[in-house]
Amino acid sequence: MSTRDIDQTGGGSGAPGAAPGGAAENRYLREGFHAARWQEPVIMEQGSPGERGVIPPPLETGIRAAVGDPAALIPPELLRATPPALPEIAQPQVLRHFMRLSQMTMGTDVNIDLGLGTCTMKYSPKVNEFLARSPKMADLHPWQPEETVQGILEIAHRFGRMCCEISGLDAVSFQPASGAQGIFTNASIIRAYHEANGEGDTRDEIITTIFSHPADSATPAVLGYKLIVLYPDETGYPNLEQLKAALSERTAGLLITNPEDTGLYNPHIKEFTDAVHAVGGLCSYDQANLNGIMGVARAKEAGFDLCHFNLHKTFSSPHGSMGPGCGAVMVRQDLRRFLPRPLVESDGLRFFLDDDLPESIGKVRSFLGNLQVVMRAYAWVMSLGAEGLRQVSETAVINNRYLMKRLREEVPGLDLPYSPDTGRLDEARFSWGRLKEETGIGTEDVERRILDYGVNNYFSSHEPFVVPEPFTPEPAESYSRADIDEYAEIIRRVAEEAYAEPDLVATAPHKSSAPRMDESPLHEIDKVVTTWRVWKRLGLQSPDTPADV
Amino acid sequence: MTPGDGPAVHPYIPNSAPGTRAEMLRAIGVSDADTLYRDVPTDLRLERPLDLPEALPSELALRRHVTSLLDRNVSCEDAPSFLGGGCWQHYVPVVCDEIISRGEFLTAYGGLWYSDHGKNQAYFEFQSMLGELLDMDAVGLTTYDWSAATTTALLMACRLTHRGQVLVPRNLSPEKRAQMHNFARSAAEIVDVAYEADTGLLDLDDLRAKLSSSTAAVYIENPSFLGTLETRAGEIARLAHESGALCVVGVDPISLGLLAPPSTYGADIVTGEVQPLGIHMQYGGGLGGFVATRHDSRWLAEIPSLLTSIMRTADGSGLGYGWANWVETSWVKREESRDFTGTTTGLWTIAAAVYLSLMGPQGMRELGETIVAKATYAARLLDGIEGVRAPALGAPFFKEFVVDFSATGKTVAEVNAGLLERGIIGGKDLSIDFPGQGQSALFCVTEMHMQDYLDRLAAAVEEVTR
Ligand SMILES: Cc1ncc(COP(=O)(O)O)c(C=O)c1O
Repeated sequence: MSTRDIDQTGGGSGAPGAAPGGAAENRYLREGFHAARWQEPVIMEQGSPGERGVIPPPLETGIRAAVGDPAALIPPELLRATPPALPEIAQPQVLRHFMRLSQMTMGTDVNIDLGLGTCTMKYSPKVNEFLARSPKMADLHPWQPEETVQGILEIAHRFGRMCCEISGLDAVSFQPASGAQGIFTNASIIRAYHEANGEGDTRDEIITTIFSHPADSATPAVLGYKLIVLYPDETGYPNLEQLKAALSERTAGLLITNPEDTGLYNPHIKEFTDAVHAVGGLCSYDQANLNGIMGVARAKEAGFDLCHFNLHKTFSSPHGSMGPGCGAVMVRQDLRRFLPRPLVESDGLRFFLDDDLPESIGKVRSFLGNLQVVMRAYAWVMSLGAEGLRQVSETAVINNRYLMKRLREEVPGLDLPYSPDTGRLDEARFSWGRLKEETGIGTEDVERRILDYGVNNYFSSHEPFVVPEPFTPEPAESYSRADIDEYAEIIRRVAEEAYAEPDLVATAPHKSSAPRMDESPLHEIDKVVTTWRVWKRLGLQSPDTPADV
Repeated sequence: MTPGDGPAVHPYIPNSAPGTRAEMLRAIGVSDADTLYRDVPTDLRLERPLDLPEALPSELALRRHVTSLLDRNVSCEDAPSFLGGGCWQHYVPVVCDEIISRGEFLTAYGGLWYSDHGKNQAYFEFQSMLGELLDMDAVGLTTYDWSAATTTALLMACRLTHRGQVLVPRNLSPEKRAQMHNFARSAAEIVDVAYEADTGLLDLDDLRAKLSSSTAAVYIENPSFLGTLETRAGEIARLAHESGALCVVGVDPISLGLLAPPSTYGADIVTGEVQPLGIHMQYGGGLGGFVATRHDSRWLAEIPSLLTSIMRTADGSGLGYGWANWVETSWVKREESRDFTGTTTGLWTIAAAVYLSLMGPQGMRELGETIVAKATYAARLLDGIEGVRAPALGAPFFKEFVVDFSATGKTVAEVNAGLLERGIIGGKDLSIDFPGQGQSALFCVTEMHMQDYLDRLAAAVEEVTR
């Protein structure tokens, strides 16, 4: 088998990448793909007594002479009696082990990762990684005197102004370490605002929608709010009457995503925010789905008082196997006083931290948050500029429409619920409901099977599944037309397989880093085992021990 | 804008190539950007370009620009720093950086067990190794930071005991206190327990007075924010348990090759900060908290963050690892949530796994000894300077200690300014948050401080306070 199996039904030159409407459609598929399957034993089973991976800096003889036996400095009852049962392995084997684990991981760097909708899996530029690794970034302590951190403060200040321009709001905090923490921060500010007005006790309801991220429900609930969750009508979003029915003098605020996870932009959003303001509530905009509307539409004009951006999504900072991230929070000027402390300010000459915020909600994350993420986001915007950001958004929307067109025209069993003739922006929520009815193959099966063609599992939907058998791709601006064509082809192929050979799909993946699992420990709490010591104690040990491999 | 008439081609945007853009627009039947955004009402659209600085699409120009800004920072590699207090400078082995720079890990996200088998295995190995270091059976993935982890643990304790009050030491980090109060004040009453002014240990009389049938948990840290070791931790845990409360202990994991893990003195839940384990400080961006409990399904079910479980292959021949207990996370619980998770600090989970694999039991032990010896050496040198008291609190310490400058007649601000002139970043000024300590600062000494740095520090303090 050749390394490139090109099934070229459209004729033409033979090169992948020809466009629909052009001479040929790209039908490139990696049929010969197989993920690395190292069968790597757990590290606790590797090495042998006495091996060492790294030698820590030694104690100078001068210090030892001065203080004596270090262990004698600790009260005996606080000394460790038995050494921790950590592995003992030399450096080359530690490196090789984790290299192998990395090879069995499908980062965005190695696959067409456009299936994870709402996560905006875009390219994280390597130059930004290079910069973030500089000791001038990596080896800074957050309490250093201001005069020693003017560079990072200036970056934060400049990027803060950029975020204010992109949102139309006035003041910014980068302290939240994620989108959920950003939403939580905004919910906390809403609470502080009503408390300052003497309405803290009476305004105890927050309104959100089912297609907004779960954090828009969960984080106000943590603060003690009652949640009112609006469901969509046939358009895909709730209508103004539903919202008005939920509003009252108990309303503290609205927390909402737009476009929602369906990719649909609610065109009545300004009427929504007006209605919330009319009863005295605040409006907070979860802008994790910003990627399609930068420079096109802003939080301010849509009537929002607060918003947040996910810098680890829209602004290219890498997702890092689940963080660190940054949920940049922007607010109207009169809400600045409630932002988490301290804020980065400038007097025109120098940059400093303003901690004089007596009404602040306090802290949501230690120190100033993930400033290395802010630095990357700043570098990303500087590379693109205003025109470039607009180009990012337009391209994200064009890519999405293009993928949608191919999927809708070519893939059997796939539907687009709600307003099918309305243009989605950055993403779209499809349904495999028909495929499931006709073949028994559902979204989880498809998700597992696409891996056999070299792409990561996709995002179906948050729960509950309002759309049956959901599938939510988001082809951000980083994907080429050839990438999108290849992805569409994978989806088409798997759908066709579902009709022709459903077992092949139902038993997938076949070419992954790990074979099919007995997944019961993931769903039954009694079977969960989080550490090797417990696994061993239960006598379950590894069949994958080095001897067996 | 007409089809194909987009702005300049940018290397991060493949379809910005004019021909491709035009063909794709044609394929989707859209003539211009206005049509593309038909569903965004015109009165909500921004009718002008964003007002942003001029772009630097050339990689070299960008690199020079950002480097010129970063160059205005003085890093802790440039000037010895004695700051700690929740973010500490420790040595990061190069292999840690190498592994977390791997694009597969760096750019992965929510891949499931079959897509990201390796990432999930690394998660499980982190949990397993931290479990050994802490001597705890159940460990979750790292969360946002130690403060978040501690808040999570204390709220877990409230749910497990069906009680609503938690006792925390008054010498908690102000950062942690502020975060806890904002997060938990509607769910739990947070009550301070005094510490002894001379030793820094928890005031047991005050603890006894405050323990009641509403106490869900007693939280202590070992070492405390002010650096002291809680020598009466066993007694504190016993008192908590007698009242039907849980004992939650916060630790610095870098100390645990040398110091006894909290399980030995009765901890029910352990929290801490993972940053010392192979993660650069990054101006505070290297933080990640952890929570460890006993292996009990009732307890595991209360952990609101991500947990990795080991499992078997369907044919029983091999192992796999995946996210467990999903139904208890805020992604699923939504408005029923009592805590939340999301993108947290997965990359630091992996860095810490590499770190613990490299260090092994011997490395952790040697490192602990080196740190306590250097910190003791530094404190003794400073204590020898007229008017300077170090440590100002009598209890034993590990790597941080309070230095009292009150008797020198100088403020900490003056001392630190003098140190900075001499190329040294002094300790954290405590005079605002802990006025009872007078003109004191919290100094941190780690394996990064060569003897020469410590001698230079003492000489500089002597000059500055003279
Ligand atoms: C719309 C939306 N809001 C909020 C979030 C939460 O962000 P994080 O995972 O950083 O907490 C996400 C993440 O996927 C999202 O898509």
